[in-house]
Amino acid sequence: MRVISAISDLILPIVIVYILSCGYNKKINVYEVFIEGAKEGFKIVAEILPTLIGLMLAVGILRSGGTLELISKAAAPLVRRIGFPPEAVPISLMRLVSSSASTGILLDIFKKYGPDSFIGRFVSVMMSCTETVFYTMSVYFMSVKITKTRYTLAGALVANVAGIVASLTLCRCLWG
Amino acid sequence: MLNYLWGAMIFIGILVAAFTGNMAEVTNGAIDAAKEAVTVCITMVGVMSMWTGVMKIGEEAGVIRSMSRGLRPILKRLFPDVPENHRAMDHIAANVIANFLGLGWAATPAGLMAMEELQSLNRQKDRASKAMCMFMIFNMSSLQLVSINIIAYRTQYGSANPSEIIGPGIITTLASTAAAVIFAKAAEAVT
Repeated sequence: MRVISAISDLILPIVIVYILSCGYNKKINVYEVFIEGAKEGFKIVAEILPTLIGLMLAVGILRSGGTLELISKAAAPLVRRIGFPPEAVPISLMRLVSSSASTGILLDIFKKYGPDSFIGRFVSVMMSCTETVFYTMSVYFMSVKITKTRYTLAGALVANVAGIVASLTLCRCLWG
Repeated sequence: MLNYLWGAMIFIGILVAAFTGNMAEVTNGAIDAAKEAVTVCITMVGVMSMWTGVMKIGEEAGVIRSMSRGLRPILKRLFPDVPENHRAMDHIAANVIANFLGLGWAATPAGLMAMEELQSLNRQKDRASKAMCMFMIFNMSSLQLVSINIIAYRTQYGSANPSEIIGPGIITTLASTAAAVIFAKAAEAVT
């Protein structure tokens, strides 16, 4: 367990030190390049903002109107039996469909339960090891006009479920 | 797809609110949510710019290129049908590395080019080849070192230790990718 938290603490400093030394090694003006790259961060967030407003609006309506709670409650008897937190049902389903919509629900969970609650930690880990399936598949396959996707969907779902199970198990061990 | 999903979320949300008598909360919830998207993005500008800045240095210093080269032996095993020096391999490597480093905006163009090259090797043009299935499943299994935006969101909502999820994230992302590869290889053998 201590190894895992050491990894969490060390990865960012290690990546930064490693990349900086590579930069100096190649005689790059690292500060100027950093500033140039940081500008790109602005552009990326500026592009995310409108979608985030749109999706947080929709999630806000679902939450405040009671729909998310309704879904969690309806799924509760079923998922409790396998030890899955019912509050995480809406986000797990939405994760498959849309990245920004699931981000909206993630933020909603942070707001309601806090990022350091068990559910907050679980969804944080779960979001970092799963990927939107339906959207990605349609964009990639449509770009080359493939209609028979064979076992791709099954494989992607297997990977997603594996990620969710691994997250739940690990979070139980770490923060149970 | 979002065209319908987004509308459906709003309609259903309001409909449920009407039945449960939560209309006043919906009005405030909608306005709050829109406002909050902006505060979240302000935190995100900081964290995201730090990451893109560092990654830009990595790009200029050739770190990303050498990482893609290091990936070659693994890719050769995952995609035995793709000739070793084919351009598809370059694009696949670029896509995997970009995803790994959390550079999603760079990953998609490389991924689409990889699909195009894989399609040129595909004999049956409307049916996904084994290599395509493997690439897509691998891609959707998510393999990333640090989910920088999740850390930004955790910071925004006052986490005492926003980065504590990095370690667990790495372990679980390896688990999901391992499951993906095993499944895809098994499916290749069966079909």
